[in-house]
Amino acid sequence: MGDFLVDLIAATLRIATPLIFATLGELFCERAGILNLGVEGTMFFGAFSGFTAASLTGSLWMGILCAFIGGMISGLIMSLFSVRLGVNQHVSGLGVTLLMTALSLFGFRVIFGENRILPSIQPFQQLSIFSGSRVLGPIFSQYTLTYIALALIPIVWWVVFRTNFGLNLRSVGDNPEATDAAGINVYRLRTIALVIGGALMSVGGAYLSVAQLGSFTFGIVAGRGWVCIALIIFANWHPVRVLWGALLFGGVQALQSRLQLTGLKLPYELFLALPYIVTIIALTIAGRNASYPAALLKPYKRE
Amino acid sequence: MIKFRLERSPAPVWTKALIPVVAVLVTFAITSIFILLAGANPFAAYYNFIIVPLSTKFSALEVLVKATPLIFTGIAVTFAFAAGYYNIGAEGQLYAGAVAAAWVGATFTTLPSIVVIPMMLVLGFLSGMLWALIPALLKARLKVDEVVTTLLMNSIIMYFISALLNGPWRDPETGWPKSPEFFEAARFMQLIPKSRLHIGFIIALVVVVVVYIIIKRTPFGLQMRAVGASKAGAQFAGINVNRTMLIAALVSGGIAGLAGVSEIAGIHYHLISELSGGYGYTGIIVATLGGLNPIGATIAALFIGLINTGAQTVSRVLGVPIYLGNVVQSTLLLVTLGMLLLQNYRIKRI
Repeated sequence: MGDFLVDLIAATLRIATPLIFATLGELFCERAGILNLGVEGTMFFGAFSGFTAASLTGSLWMGILCAFIGGMISGLIMSLFSVRLGVNQHVSGLGVTLLMTALSLFGFRVIFGENRILPSIQPFQQLSIFSGSRVLGPIFSQYTLTYIALALIPIVWWVVFRTNFGLNLRSVGDNPEATDAAGINVYRLRTIALVIGGALMSVGGAYLSVAQLGSFTFGIVAGRGWVCIALIIFANWHPVRVLWGALLFGGVQALQSRLQLTGLKLPYELFLALPYIVTIIALTIAGRNASYPAALLKPYKRE
Repeated sequence: MIKFRLERSPAPVWTKALIPVVAVLVTFAITSIFILLAGANPFAAYYNFIIVPLSTKFSALEVLVKATPLIFTGIAVTFAFAAGYYNIGAEGQLYAGAVAAAWVGATFTTLPSIVVIPMMLVLGFLSGMLWALIPALLKARLKVDEVVTTLLMNSIIMYFISALLNGPWRDPETGWPKSPEFFEAARFMQLIPKSRLHIGFIIALVVVVVVYIIIKRTPFGLQMRAVGASKAGAQFAGINVNRTMLIAALVSGGIAGLAGVSEIAGIHYHLISELSGGYGYTGIIVATLGGLNPIGATIAALFIGLINTGAQTVSRVLGVPIYLGNVVQSTLLLVTLGMLLLQNYRIKRI
């Protein structure tokens, strides 16, 4: 039983990692007033660009760096449409997802051709920090990126709630007119938020290919980006709550795959669908009291 | 020297028709970079993209086959978006319709076509509506954001279908995850012998005409458009905004359900989890390109159908990955979105 729990917690952390990255990325966007539905495609592009760069250069960290830059570009494209041109954020976000997905599929085929054997790399090794302990040892035997994700939670909290940049970010998402009147460049601030957000989402995607899988498959992201859109509402746009939401989701996923191994006669699809159903219920209950950034979805036009 | 400036006022009407044409040209210019990166000649690629599919009867009909599901989903999205309801769930509603059709098509083996096919269409429509119901009710009653809920419903139905295909509907002989084969009477008849074109295409065109009449010529259509233009304004004019959005959302779901019926009864004859290649999402591209107008959406669906057929030709002839089609589609969506803003400006001489 003890071993089962330890193993469960370790798996939960592994599954939660990409969600933490991408949801924190979405947090920057939405706190600035932009719903970024590009998250699914940006994660996919991160998985593709991270894997490709790692495979071509032979350096895994080069893969992560390229995914980071690729995500910034995705954020820039989103900002061109949703910030500069001020078009509908739902449609432009989906457009970004479709574009980044298409570019990844196309790029993968151009670079690697149509292989029968899936190209693969030697992924990241797990890093053990309490290797002596029986309980903490296996739990904290994780990829470096997982530790970075956990460290990002307090960092993002500090940036959003304790810095000047964070103050401006929150005010631009609540009342861009007043922020503009205070002499802050709304367009620039929103663009920066989208660029940071895109980079984080993309690294979340790269974690899947460069750390977890060691290869790039077309189903690698499988709707995780949409989960992040739900998690951010669940988390009420607060970094610490993002951690709890991601762990909850990861926990359910980890539990279902373990229950499946025990040979329990339950359709495992029910467990896979459960987080989505729970999210809809949570949205219904919490969504009414949710403190949406007041200017979310409202393009800002300077007259 | 003559000077010009941009002024914020509605552009002349003739630009409305010009915008899509210019958007296509800009898109081709942008995507030619990717064609060059793939080591092919952009002119040869676009020749194979646009001209070659239309040059033989078989491939021209294939364009219509590929456009059929996109007309359904494009009209579904148009209907909801026109009422200001952002239904991103056409993909899931399509599968809901397909599940209903798969059940009818494999169950009522003794009934003739004339009974089974209308039954499939009605149940497929209702099934799509049902899948759209929860997000629509949550939006109308509790103001829960429909974009997130409709998106999540897409994921949920994929697991439901996976459970069906791995459980009760698994093929008993081969063990493959696909539902029992349709019996002959439940299959859509071919329109033209030796082509894959089926009556789903005609049904899609009927839906276009009906939806056009509803949106443009009925009091409800006027209400829908008023809500779509401004919810506060519509409320002030005494329109029941929530009811209008709810109905628009449900009808949209039903039409998307018909896309599933048409694909399964016209092409595949059994339910598989790869039934839709993202037609629900492409429907959003189609609706946007069509300017939320049913006729415009139909033209856009035919054009995307052409691109999808052309992508196969380009891939076969020039060795450019077939996903070039996806790159062109998504670029076209973003370029059109940007260019639609030009409608708000006109060029003035000063």
